[in-house]
Amino acid sequence: MHDFVSEFWSWYIIIPTVLGIIGCFVLLVKLSGGRIDPDKEAESMGHIWDEDLEELNNPLPMWWLYMFHFTIIFGVIYLVLYPGLGTYEGVLGWTQTSQYQDEIDTAAEKYDPIFDKFAEQDLVAVSEDPEANTIGKRLYATYCTQCHGSDARGARGYPNLTDDDWLWGGKPEDIKKSVMDGRIGTMPAWQEVIGTEGVFNVSEYVRSLSGQEGNRVVISKGKELFATNCAVCHGADAKGNYMFGAPNLTDNKWLYGGSQKRVVESVSKGRSGQMPPHGEFLGEAKVHLLAAYVYSLSQEK
Amino acid sequence: MPEEQTYNYKVVRQFAIMTIVWGIVGMSVGVLIAAQLAWPALNFDIPWLTFGRLRPLHTNAVIFAFGGSALFATSYYVVQRTSHARLYCGKLAAFTFWGWQAVIVSAAITLPMGITQSKEYAELEWPIDILIAVVWVSYAIVFFGTIMKRKIKHIYVANWFYGSFILTIAVLHIVNSAVIPVSFTKSYSAYAGVQDAMIQWWYGHNAVGFFLTTGFLGMMYYFVPKQANRPVYSYRLSVVHFWAIIFTYVWAGPHHLHYTALPDWTQSLGMVMSLILLAPSWGGMINGIMTLSGAWDKLRTDPILRFLIVAISFYGMSTFEGPMMAIKTVNALSHYTDWTIGHVHSGALGWVAMISIGSMYYLIPRLFGREIYSVKLIEIHFWASTIGVVLYVVSMWVSGIMQGLMWRAVNDDGTLTYSFIESVQAMHPFYVIRMMGGALFLMGMFIMAYNIWKTVAGAKPVTATIPLPAAAH
Repeated sequence: MHDFVSEFWSWYIIIPTVLGIIGCFVLLVKLSGGRIDPDKEAESMGHIWDEDLEELNNPLPMWWLYMFHFTIIFGVIYLVLYPGLGTYEGVLGWTQTSQYQDEIDTAAEKYDPIFDKFAEQDLVAVSEDPEANTIGKRLYATYCTQCHGSDARGARGYPNLTDDDWLWGGKPEDIKKSVMDGRIGTMPAWQEVIGTEGVFNVSEYVRSLSGQEGNRVVISKGKELFATNCAVCHGADAKGNYMFGAPNLTDNKWLYGGSQKRVVESVSKGRSGQMPPHGEFLGEAKVHLLAAYVYSLSQEK
Repeated sequence: MPEEQTYNYKVVRQFAIMTIVWGIVGMSVGVLIAAQLAWPALNFDIPWLTFGRLRPLHTNAVIFAFGGSALFATSYYVVQRTSHARLYCGKLAAFTFWGWQAVIVSAAITLPMGITQSKEYAELEWPIDILIAVVWVSYAIVFFGTIMKRKIKHIYVANWFYGSFILTIAVLHIVNSAVIPVSFTKSYSAYAGVQDAMIQWWYGHNAVGFFLTTGFLGMMYYFVPKQANRPVYSYRLSVVHFWAIIFTYVWAGPHHLHYTALPDWTQSLGMVMSLILLAPSWGGMINGIMTLSGAWDKLRTDPILRFLIVAISFYGMSTFEGPMMAIKTVNALSHYTDWTIGHVHSGALGWVAMISIGSMYYLIPRLFGREIYSVKLIEIHFWASTIGVVLYVVSMWVSGIMQGLMWRAVNDDGTLTYSFIESVQAMHPFYVIRMMGGALFLMGMFIMAYNIWKTVAGAKPVTATIPLPAAAH
């Protein structure tokens, strides 16, 4: 595998490289020689610039010459062993892809049995296993903290994983599916559909569901709008629907904030939340451990 | 006296003074963003003060404004003095000064506004890039025009290095800045994907190689022998290391892209050439330091010479570190860590800034016909700088290697031992030390500014007559 569209470009790399390295070597050989006489100053080149600038012509220091030769020899050997000269692949047949694959294979051989042991167990059982929880916690620290936080309490737009409020279901299998395949939760934008006043009314109604005070007339107008537009996903009782990832609107828990401003923003502009899929890149065994760990977070206490 | 029989010191003076001004500006921004890394609240939630916008301002200000002004000032001085000829085309030289200042001011305005091409060290948008290209070509005409006018047959070694720097930077800048503009302040690179990355780092590494290395080696080859009052150690060493540097440096860029989408062969060549670069780089160090042989005692009494020699030592250290970090196995640990930042600053503060500072202490009093106001203050400046660099570099070594090791540490079940945020927390104390090192270095620059101000205030600019070349012997 190489990246050249024709043989020409391969030689275009090889020739200047080889000539350049030979050139360095020849330059060294031509200009080396002579010994430093400690008792006598080396001869001057005889030119004088700017009144008193002169050059001596001391020989090249031996240790420096050896170092230069050593790096040239190292370079030549390296270019024989590894890819470097155009399409020439090197004696060792090394590629960075093969190095990566080797390391991955070695790791899989060593560590997979540890994960596989739990993969066959039931998620609830895994969630109660202290060893599995230790591994799960480490996986969580590497892959999940960036969004859900070190304490798993989430942030705006990123759900809290330690409570009993779930967007896509809180059963162990639901959590595992969320981690494996990811989730895309979309709240459409309503500004164009129901207008500024409609957005405000429905927002006030939604806020009233979790006990916020508001203007009765506004709220009752909002209730009508809710029934025709929002209930499809959030349900007539506004308690949400795991099928669409539609949040429960009655529990005073807010993914994007529960202030008037935030709720109006959610309704008018919509929201789009994305949990990326991890199945392909972590493998099912690790996701199994992760899901069990996340499940355990909301079980204790 | 006819103007043609005198040296053009005006443009040298202008660039020399601006070297100090831009040094203070660029390093102040550096200290601020170093503090932001330790205490992120210091961006005050103001977009113009955020790290992402100020970091390119810092790099552009110290490399191109501070370093660039130092290179313009010294190269114009050295090429005249060693050619025994007045600068070619004074008007064009004046244009390079005002043009370069315009570039810097445009950078200082556009970068905090977030206008950027987002190529490291080449962030400035296309209209500024065009101005840079015009100034740079003018610079080349003035410099090589003066070489053509020279009264001495042989071209002095410092001018080889300045010349290679001017030529190569022109090529690098023009090729890497090729873009398709979509508006006055926005453009897209002419290259795509990994080719864009490769061209960027061919440019980026040679900005280090030719701007920050050969340019400043030119400075070294004039000011070290002058200040030490000794002949250059070895002519033939300068020939070997000059040509070997020129050849190998241009290949080294791929070591910035180890283990990426860059093809394997390119990575290998980048690594091999980076290693072969070690000896040629050290040739300059040997020639600089050995020029002092027979005059070592001067180091005890002359703080300017000490600046120059410590600069060469840092040069030697970072040109050893660079090839080591280019080895893939080492790079796998060092890449993306603070080690890189430490390496860059041992070159940037230790080598580039200190050789410039030493040269300016030599140069500026001569341009104004005054003795330096206080040698004692140079002494203090020297120690502030040296301790500052050491704090900076050592803290970044420790922090960088720690980061690299934390990122790769695994538990016995194969999971990572540390989450990313834990490595960030662990870096905090080192970020504080780094900021203190930088602040100390900046303090030195303020001392220098005071010392220079006291030296030149009220002084009449010197008009120097061009002497006849001395007879060869």
